[in-house]
Amino acid sequence: MLALQILIDGFAISALYALGATGFTLIFGVSGVLNLSHGAIMVLAAVAAWAAASVLHLGSYSGALLGVAVAVVASFATYFAVVQPIQKSRRIATEEKEIFILTSTLLWGIMIQELIAYFFTNNAKTVLPIVEGVVNIFGERTTKNEIFTAVVCCVSIGLLWLLVNRTRTGKAVLAASMNPRGVTLLGLELGSIYLVVWGIYGILAGIAGVLLGMFLGVSSYSVGPLTASAFSIVVLGGLGSVSGSLIAAFVVGYLETITAYLISPAYRTIPALLLLVAVMYVRPQGLLGRR
Amino acid sequence: MASFFKSRLFFISIAIVIVAATLPLYMSGYVLGLLTVAFYFGVFAMSWDLLFGFAGEVNFGPTFLIGVGAYTAGILNAQTGWSVYPCIVLGALAAVIAGLVLALPALRVRGPYFGLTTLVAVLILQNFIVVFADLTGGEIGLTIPDVITINAGANYWIALGFMTISALILYGLAQSPIGLVLQASGQDPVQAGALGFNIVKHKLAAFIVSAFFSGLSGALLVFYMGTASVGTVVDIAVGVNVIVAAVLGGRRTVLGAALGAIFLIVAGEFLRPTGELATFIVSAVALLVVLFFPGGFLGAALSHEGRS
Repeated sequence: MLALQILIDGFAISALYALGATGFTLIFGVSGVLNLSHGAIMVLAAVAAWAAASVLHLGSYSGALLGVAVAVVASFATYFAVVQPIQKSRRIATEEKEIFILTSTLLWGIMIQELIAYFFTNNAKTVLPIVEGVVNIFGERTTKNEIFTAVVCCVSIGLLWLLVNRTRTGKAVLAASMNPRGVTLLGLELGSIYLVVWGIYGILAGIAGVLLGMFLGVSSYSVGPLTASAFSIVVLGGLGSVSGSLIAAFVVGYLETITAYLISPAYRTIPALLLLVAVMYVRPQGLLGRR
Repeated sequence: MASFFKSRLFFISIAIVIVAATLPLYMSGYVLGLLTVAFYFGVFAMSWDLLFGFAGEVNFGPTFLIGVGAYTAGILNAQTGWSVYPCIVLGALAAVIAGLVLALPALRVRGPYFGLTTLVAVLILQNFIVVFADLTGGEIGLTIPDVITINAGANYWIALGFMTISALILYGLAQSPIGLVLQASGQDPVQAGALGFNIVKHKLAAFIVSAFFSGLSGALLVFYMGTASVGTVVDIAVGVNVIVAAVLGGRRTVLGAALGAIFLIVAGEFLRPTGELATFIVSAVALLVVLFFPGGFLGAALSHEGRS
């Protein structure tokens, strides 16, 4: 029953990718920032959860919460220490701000990565799963942790959808992604909307990081690939389009799983990368992007 | 360009090159080896600056061009046994072809979209190197039978000469009318096109020149080190260093990029006693420079000179 196995594993991976990429695309949609320290923040969350269990001897629930909290702090630190100074700088020309934010968030990510490596070594770390054990789904042995991962991802994305579409704050965020100037004309402070978005981003990246740590394990080497995969999913789906990233996450996740199972794990990422290049040629704005 | 030969920058550069050329007479082989690598790295950063600083193309994949040049030269030498120089030339040509491949999306997509395409190009190259391990040596790296020379002084002079000539050509190109058209098309392609300049032709030229020097430098580097590996010429971390070097030294200055590259490599060596924190400190310094002196080293120096 290879097909069923691919279906289950692919779903868990895809849901994880989707959660990781949602926050990334939300920030781009609202403030035009591509945060290349994304992978570092995810790994930081996972390592914090790991350290909570193995160094501070906390339970797995409080460990996971600590991981998410650390990610939120890191997210605000990224905003205040790196992104905001550039956005406010008068010495950097407006059309160059994008590349400055890319370069500096990249450097910031490397700094986080190196600090993790310094204090907690480069070794791979696996966060103790919150739920343990195995269940049978139509004869396929599946760890409960895998199901837990998929469920938490879907619930988080669902909550995000409710937040954005059903609450006042969420609607302000949505409006800011459509037309920032219009939002300021309505008397809403763009600065506080940015704060909300970076907060949401921190929570999403934190949850995704901790789940990744439980599901596959992380090391400081996963920083680059994680950023690259979030970046490619978001561009594939169309920059700034949350539903586009969700679709793209499932396309990439299943493509990788199918390749790994049917051809060889060594070729895992290649088809997704080629697909990405092909989409760039045919439809440069991504699947659901608007220009 | 003519004014450059009278400028203070020109005389300072000449003085630095002359002083640098005498180093092998009294410096240890260790210092020379370090600077040799730094000089090749400087050419990477200068080529990147031509593409980004002038043509405005956000190229996250300088190592795609470098890696293709380096690996082509290395594999040719290891497989066919041809002597070093034809392999280096063919490596540079292969990099030019890679540059054309990279230029195709650049003519269609812009900004972050192009940036991602270049990033993906590096990842694909890296994957192929690992997959075709029999040919490329995979993750362990490719051992190259021949080297240019084993004399540290000669290697140093070759690298210094190569960097000086590349700097002259790249700087000259950047200051020439072609460079101005590139800069215009990077800032506002529509308007530059409306003024009657053929943007596509100029951008292709920029990609070809950038790819040629990246590939040549990559090929020379592997024949200096006697080995080519993903970690030294392809990995995204190497590309990040190239970008950091160029931004640190000052974008749109070409010469500043070389300065930034030498600073990065030498600083990395000085910080070696701090162990794993070395990369952290270099990144932190680079971040501070980007945040507080967005013009980079040379940008800050030149604007100071302009004011006084």
